[in-house]
This record gives sequence, C-alpha cells and structure tokens, in this order.
Amino acid sequence: MTLARKGRWTTLVGLVLLAAVYVRALAFTPIERTQGPAQKIYYIHVPAAIWTETAMILVGLASIFFLFLKDARLDSFAEASAEVGTAFATIVLTTGPIWGKPIWGTWWTWDARLTSTLFLFFLYIGYLLLRGAVADPGARARYAAVLGICGMVLVPFIHFSVYLFRTLHPMPIILKPSAPSLPGSMLATWGFSFAVFTVLYVGFVMQRYALARARQEVPHA
Amino acid sequence: MLSAEGLTHAFGPVRALDGISFRLEAGHTLAVFGPNGAGKTTLLRVLAGQLRPQRGRAEVRGGRAAIGWISHQSFLYGHLTVIENLRFWASLYGVKREARDRRAAELLTRLGLAERADQPVAALSRGLAQRATVARALMHDPAVLLLDEPFTGLDLAAAAELRRLLGELVGGGRVAVIATHNVDEGLELATDIAFQHRGRFVQLAPRAGRDRTQVADAYRKAVGVSGA
Amino acid sequence: MLERLKLAWVVARKDLLLEFRTRTAILSAVVFTALVLTVFNFGRDPTAVPTIDLAPSILWVTFTFAAMLALNRAFALELENHALEGLLVSPLSRTSLYWGKLIANLLFVTIVEAVGLPLFVLFFDVPVWHVLLPLVGVIALATVGFVAVGTLFSAMVIRTRFAELMLPVLVLPFLILPVAWAVQVTARLLAGRPLAEVAWWLRLLGAYDIVFVTLSTLLFPHTVDE
Repeated sequence: MTLARKGRWTTLVGLVLLAAVYVRALAFTPIERTQGPAQKIYYIHVPAAIWTETAMILVGLASIFFLFLKDARLDSFAEASAEVGTAFATIVLTTGPIWGKPIWGTWWTWDARLTSTLFLFFLYIGYLLLRGAVADPGARARYAAVLGICGMVLVPFIHFSVYLFRTLHPMPIILKPSAPSLPGSMLATWGFSFAVFTVLYVGFVMQRYALARARQEVPHA
Repeated sequence: MLSAEGLTHAFGPVRALDGISFRLEAGHTLAVFGPNGAGKTTLLRVLAGQLRPQRGRAEVRGGRAAIGWISHQSFLYGHLTVIENLRFWASLYGVKREARDRRAAELLTRLGLAERADQPVAALSRGLAQRATVARALMHDPAVLLLDEPFTGLDLAAAAELRRLLGELVGGGRVAVIATHNVDEGLELATDIAFQHRGRFVQLAPRAGRDRTQVADAYRKAVGVSGA
Repeated sequence: MLERLKLAWVVARKDLLLEFRTRTAILSAVVFTALVLTVFNFGRDPTAVPTIDLAPSILWVTFTFAAMLALNRAFALELENHALEGLLVSPLSRTSLYWGKLIANLLFVTIVEAVGLPLFVLFFDVPVWHVLLPLVGVIALATVGFVAVGTLFSAMVIRTRFAELMLPVLVLPFLILPVAWAVQVTARLLAGRPLAEVAWWLRLLGAYDIVFVTLSTLLFPHTVDE
C-alpha cells in the first residue's frame, strides 16, 4: 500500500476514534463541578493544542537535520508537519472561543493558551507564506528550514510566558511539574483523546508528505 | 594553481555543471565560450567558492582572497566615491591601510581615474565605471582573475578599452578564466579555449594559434549556435 | 574573532556611510515615528483613559513600526547596488557580514528610538527622568532581540516576491514576544514600581537576546550560500 493510502486509512481510523472520544466525553465522563458541560471541549482542545506545539518542534527538528543532510524528504516532512500544525492550531483557535463563551462570557480572551496558540498560528502562516513566495526549490527548502528552526526555538519562550502572565486560563493541569491532577475517569478520556490526536497527526502527515514527495517528482518526469 | 575535478551541480532538473574537470597553471587564460544558460556563471561561482558543487571539487590556490572577480555587475556602491569603494573592497580582502592607499593611487593613475577618485560612482559613465570595477578587482593584487561576461553593456569603445586593459593584466603569473557567449570577446586573451554546452566542456584545448573564424566554426559545431 | 568584529565594523560603517549620504531611509523613519505618535494623540481621550496606562503600548507600537522600516533596508541596499554577490565572493566571513548588518540595523533603529522617545515624552507629557536608565536598558534589550531575527530574515526575504510585506509577517511572532515583555516592564517602570519586580522580564529579555543572536549568526550562512 502506498504511503498516501496508508495515510488515508490512518486518518479514517483516527476520525472514527475521534467520534468515539466525543461519545465517551459526552456520555461516559463525569461533568466537571465548577465549569459544567462546557468543560468537555477541553478533551478536544488541549490535545490539539499540544500537537500544535509538537508539530512546530518537529518542523524545527526536521529542518535542523535537513540543513545538515540536505535530504529533500526531511524538507517534505517539515512542510507536511507545518500544514497539519496549522490545521490543529485552527482547531484550537475555534474550539477555544466555543469553550470560552459559556464560561467567561466573551468569544476571545487573551489568556495564555489561546494567545500562545495564536503565536504558533502566526508562525505557521509565516512559514507557509514563505514557502509559497520562493520560486527556486533549493532556496525554498533552505529558507523554510531557517524559519522552522527559529520557530522551534521560539516555542519554549512562548510556552514559558504562560507561567509569567496573569491569566484567566486554568493552569496546565496535566503538563505541569507535579503529577497530573485530574481524577481517574477524566484522565482516561483525556489520555484516549490525546492518543487519537496523535493518530490523526500521523495520518494527516503521511498523506501530506506523500503529496509533497509526489510534487517533487513531477518536474523530473 | 586552479583545478576542477568532476564538478557537477544541478538546479532542480537543470544540469548547470555536468562533470567538468580541468587544470590551469600560472600564466594561462581559459576562455569559456557558451550560450546563455550553459552554466558558465555557475562554474565561476564554484571556482570562487561561493557555491558548493553537489559533486566534485574545485581548488584555487590562495582561496577567495586570491581571486579578483569582474562581471557586468560592478559591485560598486553608487553613492560612495571611487576611492571609498576601493578602500571598502580592499579591506574585505585584507589589504592593510598603508598598502591600500598606495595601491589605490597606483591603480587610479594607471586606469586614468585619478581625477575622478572623489566622485560618486553613480556620476561616472558606463565605461569609466567599468574601469573602476577593474580597479576594485585588482586592489588586492589577485593571482586569479574570474571574469563573468565582463563586456556586457559596454559600447564598442569601452569594450575595446577593457580588452586592452585585460591584455595587460593576464599572462605573467596570473591565471584567468573568462566566461562569455561572444567569441570575439576574450579570444585574443586566451591561451586555452573551452566550449561549454549544457554543463559540459564539449571541447577543451589550447588555442594554439587558431584564428577567429576557426574558433567560431568549432564553436558552432560544438554547441550548434553561431558565435558571432 | 577580533578580526571578524573588525570586518563586521567595516561592513557596518559602509552601510552607515551610504545611509548618511542618501538620508532618505533615516528621515522617512523619523518622520514616520512622529506621524504615528501624532495619530495616537488624536485617537485617545485623556479623560476616559489616563495617558500613563496607554503610554507603554503607544511607545512600543511606534518603535515597532519604525523598526520594520529600518529592517528592510539592510539587504535591499546590497541588492540595489548589485553588490551582494561581490560580498559573497570575497573572503568576508558570513559571520562578519551578518554582524555588520546587525550593527548597522541596531544603530539605525537606535537613532530612530532616540528621536522617538523624547517626542513621546513631549507629546504625551509622560515623566521618564526618574527611570531613564532602566527604561533605556529595556528598550535596548528588546530592540536587540527582534532586530537580530529581523536582520536574518531580511536576507531571505529580498529574494521573494512582496519582500516588504513578507518581512513584517515573518518577524511578527519574534517581535511580539520581546515587545510584550518590554511593555510590561515599561508600564511598571513608569508606574514607579521597584526594579526588583521587573528583574524577571529583564532576565527573560536577556536570555532571548543571547539565544536569538547566536541562532541567527549560526543560521545566516544558509540564507546566502547554497
């Protein structure tokens, strides 16, 4: 089976499992006491946010290896990861306000997580725009790699700012130094959702990577 | 003094260099004739160390500091005076201050630019600017000269002037590579001739007294275009 | 190392000499700064919101705009003069080239900020004398951060379409962060808070500067060489 096919199957599995996450989150997970049913969007929102950040870091790592090894496949992977990261950032930026409205009364809040995802979104958009604006394929890959590495290095600074600014956002409950503080059943749903988003990331990247490689082959046909 | 071995470089599907090898000893001038897009500029950039070839290697004794580059782009800053330009480029090539001013004065006199030393380059005519370009390239007394279509944009008088200048410069202890699409330019200066076509040297031979017509014929046969 | 710095200064001096000769860029940036400050003045209602609350943001937005203007010039001038290839063919190390451009850009932006700050104080009647030193310090720290990244990107952007538009878009995330921190510090300084309160941000800005100047220096060769 080609990579693209495998990617499509993976994505399909991921989407089916995503539906399962919804079901589990809505029907089988207890309602959180202080925030009510609206809190459940957290199961979609947070894994997507984590993958938005991780995808950028992977873009950066692939870019570093690309600059050393000059392997076009690394550049294709970076391109794929960036596009998928952009999609996930969009998910966060849309689910966040949907969550925020019932709880805080406004669509947009400048809280730390939404703000940092917005930053990542700008990084991604810049990356994709740069790729689109450079005609020569060799220069495009090099420039994208430079930007990708800078983006990756910026991520810890962005993430760090969460601890610095006054924030409305619930402090990271899971990814913080001490042990996660969610009760068992909720943690399980969260873990399941995170695994599903991982599957989705892999599936989408596989498809996108296959497309990027196919595009590279065409001029040589 | 200058050697290239198996130079290969492609930009996407275009092979600018496809296995070029040659050696040049002191006193030799190689004229590389080829149509536009044959990869001549790429060859020079690899020799200058500005582009690392995908395969093969090029070596110039003395490295970048020993190379003087003359092309149709003057590399002179229009708003700086001639002397300011010369001083700037000389510093980049490691010429010490006392030597710099002395050498600048020498070159300006020799090239007939002495009265223009304090004029901004933008105020010079094309021909004078080209002379200033030659001065810039010579400030550090390079052992290797790389010339990329240096006659582009020059009228007949200025081109003749440049040919005369280059005639004085090449030979001696220097090595020069001159790339051009026009057989008339640089033929008298050459000790060796190569035709570059689609990244390859179709012919590489000493000039050995061949005249213009013979070379033009050979060029046409080699690359299938007129060399006139 | 010293040799590289000396050559970097040669490059920077050449840029500044050119800038001084033409004067267009620096004048545009200064006039632009004054214009932006004027626009802000018309946009506010001093009875509704005290100036001191808006002051840090106004100052930093102004500096940001001016810096954007300044950053574009660095490699654009090489392209205009068709000199970039000459610089790359010469033995000039890529590090010296980057630092030279960085120094020139920093000096350029500093001149604009040095004009902007007094204008700001004048237009908005904001007392800064008592905190001048730390204020200048935070301005310097934030400026180094985004000018370092902006200089790196400007080398890439000149070969793209829509260069003047691309540069702000690419630099944006790398600029908002240090500026956001600087605004926090500026607000606290102007409000008379003790220096210890802002030490955190200053350290963060310092770390940002060190990281991104180093990273940009390392990455720069990839933007000009193949």
